[in-house]
Amino acid sequence: MAGGQREKFKNPAVEWIDSRLPVFTLMQKEYGVFPTPKNFNYFWNFGAIAMFMLVTMIVTGITLAMQYTADTALAFDATERIMRDVNYGWLIRYIHMNGASFFFIAVYTHIFRGMYYGSYKQPRELLWILGVVIFLLMMATAFMGYVLPWGQMSYWGATVITNLFSAIPIVGDDIVTLLWGGFSVDNPTLKRFFALHYLLPFVICAVVFLHVWALHVTGSNNPSGVEAKGKQDTLPFHPYYTMKDTFGLVVFITIYAAFVFFLPNALGHPDNYIPANPLVTPAHIVPEWYFLPFYAILRAITFDIGIPFTDIVFIEAKLGGVLAMFGAIVMLLIMPWLDTHPVRSARYRPQFKKLLLVFVFGVFVLGYAGSQPADRVYWQTCIGSEAACAVDDHHGEVAHAAPAGEDHAAEEKAPMVLKVDNTMLAQFFTVYYFLFFLVLLPLLSRKEVALPIPESIHQAVLDKKAAKAADSK
Amino acid sequence: MSADTAKTKSTQEPTRREFLNLTGAAFGAVGTAAVVWPFVSSLNPAADTLAMSSTEVDLSPIEKGQSITVMWRGKPVFIRHRTEAEIEDARSVDMAVLRDKQDDKDRAQKPEWLVMVGVCTHLGCVPLGQKETESKGDFGGWFCPCHGSHYDTSGRIRKGPAPKNLAVPEYEFLSDTTVKIG
Amino acid sequence: MKKSIVSVLFVAFAMLGSVNIAHAAGDAVKPPKMEWSFSGPFGTYDKAALQRGFLVFKSVCASCHSMKRIAFRNLEALGYSEGQIKAIAAEYTVMDGPDDEGEMFERAARPSDMFPSPFANDAAAKYANNGALPPDLSLITKARVGGADYLHAILTGYEDAPEHVHLMPGQYYNKYMSGGVIAMPTPLIDDQVMYEDGSPTTVDQYASDVSHFLNWAAEPELEVRKRMGIKVIIFLTIFAFVMYGVKRKIWSDLH
Repeated sequence: MAGGQREKFKNPAVEWIDSRLPVFTLMQKEYGVFPTPKNFNYFWNFGAIAMFMLVTMIVTGITLAMQYTADTALAFDATERIMRDVNYGWLIRYIHMNGASFFFIAVYTHIFRGMYYGSYKQPRELLWILGVVIFLLMMATAFMGYVLPWGQMSYWGATVITNLFSAIPIVGDDIVTLLWGGFSVDNPTLKRFFALHYLLPFVICAVVFLHVWALHVTGSNNPSGVEAKGKQDTLPFHPYYTMKDTFGLVVFITIYAAFVFFLPNALGHPDNYIPANPLVTPAHIVPEWYFLPFYAILRAITFDIGIPFTDIVFIEAKLGGVLAMFGAIVMLLIMPWLDTHPVRSARYRPQFKKLLLVFVFGVFVLGYAGSQPADRVYWQTCIGSEAACAVDDHHGEVAHAAPAGEDHAAEEKAPMVLKVDNTMLAQFFTVYYFLFFLVLLPLLSRKEVALPIPESIHQAVLDKKAAKAADSK
Repeated sequence: MSADTAKTKSTQEPTRREFLNLTGAAFGAVGTAAVVWPFVSSLNPAADTLAMSSTEVDLSPIEKGQSITVMWRGKPVFIRHRTEAEIEDARSVDMAVLRDKQDDKDRAQKPEWLVMVGVCTHLGCVPLGQKETESKGDFGGWFCPCHGSHYDTSGRIRKGPAPKNLAVPEYEFLSDTTVKIG
Repeated sequence: MKKSIVSVLFVAFAMLGSVNIAHAAGDAVKPPKMEWSFSGPFGTYDKAALQRGFLVFKSVCASCHSMKRIAFRNLEALGYSEGQIKAIAAEYTVMDGPDDEGEMFERAARPSDMFPSPFANDAAAKYANNGALPPDLSLITKARVGGADYLHAILTGYEDAPEHVHLMPGQYYNKYMSGGVIAMPTPLIDDQVMYEDGSPTTVDQYASDVSHFLNWAAEPELEVRKRMGIKVIIFLTIFAFVMYGVKRKIWSDLH
C-alpha cells in the first residue's frame, strides 16, 4: 500500500518498525494527512461514532460472554447473576443493552446523512452497498443478541421472526425447522444464536474495514456534494477532524451514559424480565425500537396478491409481508441506480429534499405504527345512523383482540363507518416508502431542475460565510 | 496533538492552545483508565462466589489413621486424623533438614487433626496418600505423582521439586467435631 | 434546510414519546405516580422502609410468592448486621445434600443461601392457587410497566366488581390489573403486620413499603448506579466543553 517512497520517522523505534512494516506510514497517510473536505457538518461525526459503538459492543460483549451460559435452563439466571453478583456486571450489561440502541441511532443518522447528501452516488456505490451490508449484519446480530437473556420477549421475538421463513413456498417449514434445530425455539436455537451473535460482530468488523477502504479510495463526500478539486478544498484529517470527531463523540457518549445510568430499561420491554415461557404469549409482542419501521411494513401486507375478482393468488399475505420487509432493505441497496440525478446534495435539489424529508417522517410514522396494536383505531366517524356506530364502538372497546374476520362482519352490517386504524396508517406509509424509491427517485432523476451548484467546496464555504454576514446585517 | 500544524499569529495563542490540548488529553486518559477498571474488576470473584468461600466439615465419622478430602473454593482440602506415631514422627524432625522450615505445632491447631490444601506447591497436582492403598512417599505422608515430591506426616516438603509445604488454610474448630474452613 | 429537518425530527420524536403511554393504556387504569425516595437521578433507598417492606413480604407475600434471586446475604443492603442476617437466615430451612449416604437433608439456611420458595415447583404453586401461578417477586418491578407505582396501585386497587364484570370463583376485581380480573385475593388488611418503628399500620403504608422493598429486590444496584452516573455525566460534560475548546482553537486559524 505504501510503495517504495516512504518518509523517515525521527523516532528510531518507530522507524525500525516502519521500515519493515509501514504501519506508521499507512496511519499517517490514511488518518494523519488524509485530505478531507473542509466543509463537513456534524452529520459527518456519525461514522466515527458508529465505529466507537462497534468497539464498545465487542468489548462489553466479550466480557459478558465470559459470565453467560447459553442454555435455556440457565440463561436467564446467568443474566441475573451478571446483574446482581458479578462485579460491575450491571454496568457492563447496561452498556451493552443500551449500546445496541445507540449503535442503531448512530447508524441510522449515518444512513440519513448519506441519503440527504447523495453519498451513495457514483463513484461511491460500492461504499454505500458495503454500508447496507453492515446494516443487515447489525440487524441479524441485534436480533440474536436480544434472544440471549431468554426472557419472554426473547423467546417470542425469536419465534415470530424465525416463523417469517415459513412464508417461503414449499420449503418454508423445513427451513424453519432447520433454523430452530427442533420443533420450536429451544435449546439448540439458543446455542446457535449465541455462537452467531459472537461471530457476526467480527464479520461486521471485516466489512467495516472494506467500507473504510472504499471510502479512502474515493474520498469523502461533503455537504455541497461537489468533489474536492485541490488543496484549497481539503484539510488534513488530523488534527481537524480527529478533534471534531472526538468532540462529537463525547457529546454522544454523554447522552448514551445518561441512558445507561438513569434510564437503563427505558428502551427495552418489561416483559423481557419475565423468564421465557413457551406456554404464555405476552399480550403485545413488540420488537426492539430499531426494528419497528420494518415490522410495520411486515404487518402492513394483510392481503393476498393475485388477480382481482378471481381466486388466483400469486403471493399470500404472509409471504407478501416478508417480501415487503426485505424489499425495504433491497431498496437501499439499489438506491444508487434509482436516483441517477447528477447533483448529489439535497441542498441544491429542493424537490428531492422535500420528498426525502417526507420519507424520513414516514419512516418515523411506520416506527410508531409498528409499536401499536394492529387493530388500534385512530379516528372514526359515521355517516347515517348513530346507533350503528355506537354498537361498533362498543364492540371495539370490549373485544380488543377480536379476529379480523369479526371486524369485517361488523363493518358489513354498518357500512357507514369510516375509520383510520393502525394497519391503514402503516399501509399508507409503506406505499410511500416504495413509491419514493421506485417512482419518485427515477422521476426526479429525469425531471428535477437543480439549483446552481457551487464551483468548488472552497466556493461553497465562501458563499455560506457571505450569506451569514448578510443575515447578521 | 501539537501546534506544528497550526500557524499561529500571536505569542499568547499557543500557550492557551497547549493548555486546552493537554486538558483534553488528560480527560481522555483519565476517562479511558476509569472505563478499564470495571472490566478488569468483573473478572475477579463475584459476590456469590465470595459468599461460598467457607465450608463446615463434620469430623466425627473420621477414625484415627483415616483421611477425608473435602472441596473448598474449588480445591481439595485434606483432613487427616493422625495417629500418635504420625504426630510423634512429625514433631521429632530436625528443623535443619526441612526445606520450608515450619514447626508441626504451627501447622495443626489440634495435634490429631491436620487440615491442609491438597495441592502440590510445585505445579498444582493433587498428591497421593489419602487412601490406605496409595503411595505415601518416603516420609509416610503424601507423594505427588506428577514430579515426585515427597511430603511428611505434617505435609511438609522433604524431597522433590516442590518449594513449599502443603498450605494450611484458615480454619477454626466450632466444636470438638466441627471445623469451619475459610 | 436545518429548520425543516429539525421540525420533522421534532414531530417524529413527539410521536415516539407517546408510544409508551399508548402502551400502558390498554384497558386498565393507569397507576397513579407516587413519590419514591429512589426515583430521580439522586434517588436512594430508605432503609427503614426497606426493612418494613421486608417484614410485610416475609409475613404476607412469601406465603405464596417466591423471591428466588435474592440471597440472605443481600439483606445487608437493608441495614442489617452480619449477626442479624444469620439469625434471619436461620429461621428458614433449606434442602441440602446429598450427604455421605446419598440422602438429601434439611438444614437451617445460611447467609449464602437463596430465599426458599413456598412451593416445590411451578406446578405445585399453580395447584395450590386455583390454577394461577403467583409470579416470582425478585424482578417484579422491572417486569411490569409502571414498576413500583403499579405494584402499589395493585395492592391498594381492590374494589367491588362493577356490574358488567362477571367474576368466577377465585377471581377478584382490581381496576389496575389489565382486564380488571386478578387471581390474587386482597392480600393486605389494616393492622395485619406490627411495625416496631411506629409507622402507620395501614394498607397504603404496607403497600408502599413492600413496593419499595421489591424495587430494591429488582434493582439492588440502583444507588451505586445513580451515584456513579452523576460523576460520569459531570466528567463527560466538562470533557465535552474542553473538546469543544480544543476543536475551536484548532479550527480558528482557518477563519
